[in-house]
Amino acid sequence: MCAVLNTSDIFNFLKPKNELEKQGVEQDNRPYIPDELWVKCPVCKTPVLSSDLADNMKVCPKCGYHFRIPARVRIDMTADKGSFVEFDADMTSKNIIDFPDYTRKLKNAKINSGENESVITGVATIEGIKTVLVVMNSEFMMGSMGTVTGEKITRAFEYATDNGLPTVVFTVSGGARMQEGILSLMQMAKTSGAVKRHSDAGLLYITVLTDPTTGGVTASFAMEGDIILSEPRALIAFAGPRVIEQTIRQKLPKDFQSAEFLLEKGFIDAVVTRNEMKKTLADLLELHGCRTEEKEGE
Amino acid sequence: MSAFDHVTAARANDRPTSVDYINKLFGDTFFELHGDRRFSDDKAVIGGIGKICDKPVTVIGLEKGRNLKERMDHNFGSAHPEGYRKALRLMKQAEKFHRPVLCFVDTSGAYCGIGAEERGQGEAIAENLMEMMTLRTPIISVLIGEGGSGGALALAVADEVWMLENSIYSVISPEGCASILWKDSSKTAEASECLKLTSQDLFKMGVIERIIREPRNLDSIMFESFKGLIARTFDKLEAVDTDTLLQKRYERFRKF
Repeated sequence: MCAVLNTSDIFNFLKPKNELEKQGVEQDNRPYIPDELWVKCPVCKTPVLSSDLADNMKVCPKCGYHFRIPARVRIDMTADKGSFVEFDADMTSKNIIDFPDYTRKLKNAKINSGENESVITGVATIEGIKTVLVVMNSEFMMGSMGTVTGEKITRAFEYATDNGLPTVVFTVSGGARMQEGILSLMQMAKTSGAVKRHSDAGLLYITVLTDPTTGGVTASFAMEGDIILSEPRALIAFAGPRVIEQTIRQKLPKDFQSAEFLLEKGFIDAVVTRNEMKKTLADLLELHGCRTEEKEGE
Repeated sequence: MSAFDHVTAARANDRPTSVDYINKLFGDTFFELHGDRRFSDDKAVIGGIGKICDKPVTVIGLEKGRNLKERMDHNFGSAHPEGYRKALRLMKQAEKFHRPVLCFVDTSGAYCGIGAEERGQGEAIAENLMEMMTLRTPIISVLIGEGGSGGALALAVADEVWMLENSIYSVISPEGCASILWKDSSKTAEASECLKLTSQDLFKMGVIERIIREPRNLDSIMFESFKGLIARTFDKLEAVDTDTLLQKRYERFRKF
């Protein structure tokens, strides 16, 4: 067995020194600062304190880059405290067409994300207004859409239709889940059917596109909202940039397929920052006559 | 036949394309209609009105072209958003005039390019999926060659979906699947097996209602019996009241 080197020792010099370090304080007396406390913004490269980042809704305080966030964090940011009631939490995917390595991938996705699927659905209130809330999760197989993802989303829309509720969907997805073959493609038709019924019932559907939203999700419910919002600089595409570059054999212009690009081309209604999102959603719901839940006893 | 043999057959250059089916089934009655009324006329999608057994039908097909020049004209069957919007325009027109809709699907996928993205490829496909689900007239979609992902599905939200024996229908191309799975796009044969993309596989999974026998050549008597089958199926679907038809169409996809 060879000795295990602690990589944090080697790369210590890369870290900006804090005041205590500069004064040469004895190792043992130094306050312990684990490396995870610092996060480097992938856009402006500024190191940001994790706690500062969390306080700022995971938005870089320097350049405004919106970090990807897990679905549960998104729900906490969007739903009123304690209002979220989850649907179908135990529903989970199986290797339905016996695809190589899929069983292992599913297991890893569950361990890594702590979730059962690439989407969380439920009902909540947003500033007191009751709405069905669907939040996709990039930490589970890059938010890919399998049969369970499609089923949960379809059920959420059916619940909203049956109960006369608006629906807010946060998308993040690499597209249809290849490992479920044609059945994942069928989810695009299935979810679109449920969205259509919700729409025909005169109910409001707001989509919030987040980074990245691509493939079969873009080509189905992501683009079917009455109102389509996006977080700043999110990548929104049918075919991802790499696929296009391979097809046309040329480099794509900068910011091609960004939220701002789609806004200019007329495919989304507004780019909304994370800090403004909850209020914007509440305002839009209110503008559509969606009413505040009356509390019992009032 | 292995899955990869089906892939090869589905892509064969001498395979009849949508134009061939339209000519054989509709003959002189076919009148071609052009354009999406919004941007342009996408030749990867051809469509119009014609008669099958004296019944007026709207027919729409993804067309690959039959020789190199035609293939370039038709962009090898890969439609831009305007192609899907043209298809939707013709479907809405069919709904208005109570004509059933017949779609032929043959595409490696919706086109991936700058213009396609700028004009909303995702939005165009999504719109078709939603609108086809509630189009108040019967729809039959037939996969005659390649059924490549969302670009194929955008013409295949139907009351009945049929496949020619050697056609394929898949969420991703075998090459794409192999390059993701094994970082090696040459392992197409293995990927073809994994994806369960043959007509037999899809029939077993309930994704299609019927497998259609391949025509040996363009003089095949298959086209006559195919014509009869289409006309009879439309008669059957038209006999159902529209709300029930749409409920069944919804359930057809809801079950997956």
